[in-house]
Amino acid sequence: MASGVKPRVKVPKTAAAGDTITIKTLISHKMESGQRKDKEGNVIPRSIINRFTCEFNGQSVIDVTLEAAISTNPYFEFESTVPEAGEFKFTWYDDDGDVYDTSKKIAIG
Amino acid sequence: MKFKAMTAIAALVISTPFMASADADDDQLVVNGEIEMITKAPAPAHLADALDEVISGWHMRSDETQEMQADDFDNPAMIFVEQAQDDWNTVMGTKDKSCASCHDNVEDSMAGVRTVYPKWNDAKETVYTMEMQINDCLTDGMGADAWKKSGAKMARMEALISVQSRGMPMNVAIDGPAEATWEQGKDLYYSRTGQLDLSCASCHEENYGNRIRSDHLSQGHINGFPVYRLKNSKLTTPHGRFKGCVRDTRAETYKPGSAEFIALELYVASRGNGLSVEAPSVRN
Amino acid sequence: MDFTRRETLALGAGAAVMAVLPFQVQAAADDAIAEFTGGADVAMGGVELTAPEIAENGNTVPVSVSAPGATAIVIYATGNPTPGVATFNFGPLAASQTASTRIRLAGTQEVVAIAKMADGSFAKASSTVKVTIGGCGG
Repeated sequence: MASGVKPRVKVPKTAAAGDTITIKTLISHKMESGQRKDKEGNVIPRSIINRFTCEFNGQSVIDVTLEAAISTNPYFEFESTVPEAGEFKFTWYDDDGDVYDTSKKIAIG
Repeated sequence: MKFKAMTAIAALVISTPFMASADADDDQLVVNGEIEMITKAPAPAHLADALDEVISGWHMRSDETQEMQADDFDNPAMIFVEQAQDDWNTVMGTKDKSCASCHDNVEDSMAGVRTVYPKWNDAKETVYTMEMQINDCLTDGMGADAWKKSGAKMARMEALISVQSRGMPMNVAIDGPAEATWEQGKDLYYSRTGQLDLSCASCHEENYGNRIRSDHLSQGHINGFPVYRLKNSKLTTPHGRFKGCVRDTRAETYKPGSAEFIALELYVASRGNGLSVEAPSVRN
Repeated sequence: MDFTRRETLALGAGAAVMAVLPFQVQAAADDAIAEFTGGADVAMGGVELTAPEIAENGNTVPVSVSAPGATAIVIYATGNPTPGVATFNFGPLAASQTASTRIRLAGTQEVVAIAKMADGSFAKASSTVKVTIGGCGG
């Protein structure tokens, strides 16, 4: 699944210290549920992203456990406090051991 | 399955005389708070006998689905548009060219392109869909292999090109050299097919606004194509959708890229002349 | 409408299956919830679950949860083959204990959110989502 997995995140470029910001994330992934069968009637094995985390300067904002009932191309929206300038780090963990990550800097201003 | 289909037929038969039409809503579609979409427009002249107004399928969807299309971050199709942007800049084929080698910036070079496709191609003396033009670029211009008709790569490139025309009204030409193909497409639109004996018009002209089972029938415009369908979580091209519709009438379908579907695409696109390019839209 | 004996039996068997199946999946959801709460009492209220009354397609249903003061919120789809959907653990920098996502629902069912509060108590909200079948191939 490692090919073609593309994370997208939406974070404001600046905020005032102590501000609340809204973050949205989306990643391309089939989220194969393990419930479907192929044309020969064999169960297609589960292959999903099972965990998503967002950290800011090393401190946790949210840590999500995903099950097979999360839709294809997982989407999350949540709110973070911005205590200081720094960097958000977003990480997605795949069943197959792959890890996808991306970062976004935010300035105080 | 058989029973479901019979229920669907019964629903269709009953719906016309008895059911109050659940009409299109009056919401306004503004994408990213800036692109104002024309989602209702006076019907083009060639439809004068059939419709007064053309209405985007966006109006037939629930608020949740409508909202997904109103913001490029909430619209899952934009994942594929970003992938196509990478394709645009990738060197392919024996001539060491990318799309950008000839067309530079997609934002500038492709603005307005989606509004006039399908269109007559003078050199090839036939009506060209955007897919055919993309494949010509790949094979003749770049020395690369053609992409699969209506495949994932093709769909996302069509989406990327369409995005550059969002908000602009569809304006395909139906006269001049394209007229014969347009007439062929019109014949197909009104031809009943399959065991269920339905034409495109049976659902999308005579029954739009009514429900087919729990689904709200649209006028079947393609100004929002390629479309991200919640059903299969990926982009669907006009020919892919036509195939699904014809299959659902229980007929052998034409193939994506066939002469029949090219003609039908031109005709269906012309029915939506005046509506904004919405692609990539979000539907159920 | 007349039924033969055989048809009547078949109908009865069908009805029995219909009655039993939802009960089994509900039991799976109850077990999953009990595992999260450790069997503790769960109060209604204190957590908000927003989901559409009617989902146009069960494959992508937008839901959001909010529980001020919660450390974690779990979403369950009680009618799915496996009831777990997602667990949101809120870190120290979460500005609010809210989150939105898109989920799969196998059919019309009750969606449940359980929040674990900072004091160790639990709160619950639920919402019935009708999942419709589209006209053209579902």
